Amino acid sequence: MMLLARILIVSALASALSVAQAAGLTIEITKGSQTAVPIAVVPFGQQGSIGNVKLSDVVDSDLGGSGFFKTLPEEDMLTKPNAPDKVNFKDWQVLGQDYMVIGQVVGNGGNYNIEFHLFNVHNGQLLMGYRFTAGANELRRAGHHISDLIYEKLTGRKGSFNTRIAYVTSTPRANGKQYMLQVADADGFNPRTIAESPEPIMAPAWSPDGSKIAYVSFHTKRSEIFIQTLATGQRESVSSYHGINGAPAFSPDGGRLAITLSKDGSPDVYVLNLANRGLTRLTNGMSIDTEPSWSPDGNNIVFTSDQGGKPQLYVVPSSGGKANRITFQGDYNARGRFSADGRSLAMVTGNGGDYRIAVMDMASKTVNVLTGGRLDESPSFSPNGSMVLYAANRGGKSTLSMASTDGAMQQKLAFESGEVREPAWAP
Amino acid sequence: MTFNKKYLALAMAAILTVGCSSDEKEGLEDGTQGTDASTSGYSDGSMSGSQFGSGNGFGSGSGSHLGPEFSDPKNPLSKQVIYFELDSSQVKQDYVPVVAAHARYLASHPNQRVILAGNADERGSSEYNIALGEQRAKSVERMMRSQGVGANQLEIVSYGEEKPAVSGSGESAWQQNRRVEVGYQ
Repeated sequence: MMLLARILIVSALASALSVAQAAGLTIEITKGSQTAVPIAVVPFGQQGSIGNVKLSDVVDSDLGGSGFFKTLPEEDMLTKPNAPDKVNFKDWQVLGQDYMVIGQVVGNGGNYNIEFHLFNVHNGQLLMGYRFTAGANELRRAGHHISDLIYEKLTGRKGSFNTRIAYVTSTPRANGKQYMLQVADADGFNPRTIAESPEPIMAPAWSPDGSKIAYVSFHTKRSEIFIQTLATGQRESVSSYHGINGAPAFSPDGGRLAITLSKDGSPDVYVLNLANRGLTRLTNGMSIDTEPSWSPDGNNIVFTSDQGGKPQLYVVPSSGGKANRITFQGDYNARGRFSADGRSLAMVTGNGGDYRIAVMDMASKTVNVLTGGRLDESPSFSPNGSMVLYAANRGGKSTLSMASTDGAMQQKLAFESGEVREPAWAP
Repeated sequence: MTFNKKYLALAMAAILTVGCSSDEKEGLEDGTQGTDASTSGYSDGSMSGSQFGSGNGFGSGSGSHLGPEFSDPKNPLSKQVIYFELDSSQVKQDYVPVVAAHARYLASHPNQRVILAGNADERGSSEYNIALGEQRAKSVERMMRSQGVGANQLEIVSYGEEKPAVSGSGESAWQQNRRVEVGYQ
């Protein structure tokens, strides 16, 4: 296994709305893929003022972290051409590259004119060329966009680089902790705090259109589920029953929220109709039933239950009915999350005291363990299904990590201070 | 190999065609103009945060009105944390007398209220641990109710793995985090 010790440190820009922490962020690839396709992302040429963002670094980091590509370190490059007529393909063939990306950025009165080209190094063929304009503060997004275009061109699958994630940070304070629910770009940059509290915040869940986040807050020292609209910051309490109000999950049509309530005894899974606040109870009995997640067609809900003695995953029709157990390997399988195409299910799997992230193929029921940590939890798929984002505890501190669903690549998103948990990848 | 002039012409033509006719240009420019709700939230900074205040809940009691028996280490009432085994919500034998002592006190002080706060260690899934913490608190509640404590005296909350008593990983920390705290109000 090849270990890439490539570390990138960039200070994220603090906006008026992002609180206190101008989070310094480290992206570290902890496990590289042997089968990854070699690609050279040549540092883009720059003219005029373009601030701190190096567009080619964004592209390099995206592609290198995807598990599909292995990028060429800048110090290994013999030349650094910015224009097609300056490329000598032999220089890149001898370095064992399959593809290369060149480009330039020209600052133009607050906007940026961006141009890039993707070549097949072996035959010199131009595979893609784009020229476009990005506005102020849009450079990182433009970089992710370029990564999406290249990824789709070379893999045939849509990229998930220009997406967002939500997660909860906790930072020690004089009398306890401060919990912050944040939303950031999928690579952890541009964090914005959307809620904060001295009491725990848990379980952020995106609405299907990405405009809202449901989450659990303990700020009254009881659990309560809120739905917050990102654009306005307006939040609404949707569940504050006696006992547990937990584990919200939006239905694919956005009209319902699967939740866990213990108001009737043991924790059970319910479906809350957001239009009329009607509740449908899906599980019964003395067992723990929690962590609901919808199948993409909205017909089924997967949940964790200890009705067989140990936590295992079950599936129940979202309109109610008999639950069927779907996990049989290991003594702990919890928190199932479907991929967008419904073919895979990510979960926390426990064996011999270690808790790792696994993906089950729904057709064959084959389970593939992706991670090697001892305390991995909260898996969530990238929109294109190629990566799983999760929380990993290393050395007593929780950080976010990503693994490619084939298990070939892992990378860590480490924040400078505090704990980071409960990640959720936006649709 | 040098760059072929003919190829260059073709390449630039491709760029211009793709660049000018595609909607990519519009896609990014639109973002800056804020036509897309999610994008505009970022580019114009309109995504808003919310600050939760603290202390507007019921859990503000400090228990400072309690008698000296609560601080006498020889008295079981001085123990206000009940510990549990891994993945178990059964009160350990060592702590049965502790729960009984609190139950006796509460039964004879019917106006005294407590919050039973259930907790779990960090292992496994966080929402499952919320459920496990609640089951632990409910075990203590059941024992207390069976010994004459009124339902209105007992309030239950579970923090799962969110509020560890001891930070860090390892059996010693985990043992101290699998607990129910008896909080006199």
